[in-house]
Amino acid sequence: MDLISNLALGFTTAASPANLLFCLIGVLLGTLIGVLPGIGATATIAMLLPITFQLEPVSSLIMLAGIYYGAQYGGSTTAILINMPGESSSAVTAIDGYQMARKGRAGAALSIAALGSFFAGTVSTFLVAIFAIPLTGIALKFGAAEYFSLMVVGLVSSIALAHGSIVKALAMVALGLLLGLVGTDIYTGTPRFTLGIREYSDGLNFVAVAVGVFGIAEILRNLEGEKSRSVLMAKVSGLWPTRDDFRRMVGPVLRGTAIGSALGILPGGGAILAAFASYTVEKRVAARPEEFGQGAIAGVAGPESANNAGAQTSFIPLLTLGIPANPVMALMVGAMIIQGIVPGPNVAAEQPTLFWGIIASMWIGNLMLVVLNLPLIGLWVKLLTVPYYVLFPIIMAFCSIGVYSVNSNVYDLYAVALFGLGGYLLVKLRCEPAPLLLGFVLGPLLEENLRRAMILSRGDPTTFFTRPISAVLLAIALAVLVVVFLPSVKAKREEVFQEEE
Amino acid sequence: MRQLQFDTTNAICGITLIALGGFFIYQCLGLELGTALRMGPGYFPLILAVILAILGVVVLVQATRVSGEPIGPIALRGMLFILPAPVFFGLTVRGLGFVPSLFFAALIAAFASSRMKPLMAVALAAAITVFSVAVFSYALGLPFERFGPWTRL
Repeated sequence: MDLISNLALGFTTAASPANLLFCLIGVLLGTLIGVLPGIGATATIAMLLPITFQLEPVSSLIMLAGIYYGAQYGGSTTAILINMPGESSSAVTAIDGYQMARKGRAGAALSIAALGSFFAGTVSTFLVAIFAIPLTGIALKFGAAEYFSLMVVGLVSSIALAHGSIVKALAMVALGLLLGLVGTDIYTGTPRFTLGIREYSDGLNFVAVAVGVFGIAEILRNLEGEKSRSVLMAKVSGLWPTRDDFRRMVGPVLRGTAIGSALGILPGGGAILAAFASYTVEKRVAARPEEFGQGAIAGVAGPESANNAGAQTSFIPLLTLGIPANPVMALMVGAMIIQGIVPGPNVAAEQPTLFWGIIASMWIGNLMLVVLNLPLIGLWVKLLTVPYYVLFPIIMAFCSIGVYSVNSNVYDLYAVALFGLGGYLLVKLRCEPAPLLLGFVLGPLLEENLRRAMILSRGDPTTFFTRPISAVLLAIALAVLVVVFLPSVKAKREEVFQEEE
Repeated sequence: MRQLQFDTTNAICGITLIALGGFFIYQCLGLELGTALRMGPGYFPLILAVILAILGVVVLVQATRVSGEPIGPIALRGMLFILPAPVFFGLTVRGLGFVPSLFFAALIAAFASSRMKPLMAVALAAAITVFSVAVFSYALGLPFERFGPWTRL
């Protein structure tokens, strides 16, 4: 069995003492920052990304994956305890989780979330392992035209899942792509958009852009109102769910896992969609739907499983095609490129230890979350009481050190300030930064494949429509675009995002 | 005369997008465009910049149709202290060295909140510096000079 020997290779890599340690640190740090209200998984990873650069590629990606799960888990914790979801995907958890907490069942809600996530994580890790290889086989048939079309699909899907105006999201993609092109043109060596600053000729530093747009802009937004957080700090007691709770969470967890795994593969941020879809399904199949919104166990177990499964399977497009499915995966691509790995179908064949190590570490990371965080919940709850004005100077210091440590380029620090300002401006103008970051990462790849495809087809643009895989992909992109502009879907979409606010 | 209704947020957003598009178009003019077969460095960016500017126009036009919510409070104090922190760190990390540079950067950032007391800020900045030096400089071994040439007489 190939699968078993591959997984064995993965587990030997991921279970080496050093990698276990990095996974542990990642999970802890991720939870630590993720628990801080208002800071979601993307901002957390952007801030912690630089810490991983000194490590071996495998260890660094394992640690990053750990940070990702930790941050997500931290987001659910705040959602349940203080009704403040760190990430939009845990917004659904807040609805019923917070109600459970108010009824004195915070402990049970947290364990249900953790156990549901763990189950979903286990199943979807295996799905990633099973589907990764056949998909890489398909991906190896991809030429420049197919890659171009696939990236278009990814960008279009990111628009579909962005909040607010679709036109603005499109504009963010275009702006992101343009920013991604800053630097030296690979074919001719001409510097582009560098304003004569030699330090930017290698392009804008990805970490600087991510930290600025997500980290700093977020801090500024939190400084706006500076109201003291009214924390209903529910006492966390009775961690272990009762037998009855277990009985009631089995169905939702199974359904949530299935929904999440399927939707996570879609490029463009399946985890959020998965959580919403799961909540809707649970409400529909429930014997007593009136319980929803009042602290229904299914309303916590289902969406939490779904968003974790989605988070896991969103690694599939990244590992097989090198296409990031959401902003977090875009950060992963950035990290891989900095480590000298070009994400794509070749990774599985050329770097099997890395590939399978990451997959195995997903499962280990999830296990650690359950084993460590349930006993540590008391500590995380204490963290919530740390006032914000103490936190952000710490965050600022770490961001500065982190960004500088990437290349020892002080211009990267100026870029952080610039993009912090720009990111804050965009938030104020109600533009979503996620499509911008995705565009920024894909910009150079998109241009390169476009130019290559045009050269291969001797300047004939119909190549994108005559090659079957490429044509299908473009049709998907067009379909997504048409669907989001349909009036009925548009209304529904606004409704969904309204609920989330 | 009917008062023209504007959604301020979208109007500013549209103008910003047009300006950004215009900037990139202007920059593209200095680049070789090439042909569709052999695209030059300016070809793809020019297309994107034009799209960006057009989308800006669309947003601007939409702004005249609906009146939206106001922009809301702006974190002026936050911007005044948060943004200079990394810039200060960048300007001084080579000269002053890691330790003093980080201390002052953290101190500047600390004042972004109106709730911060001066003494508290100094204590916090000192704590951050000690912790970071221990972790980044000693434990992780990042190649930063702890005290730079400016601190030596």
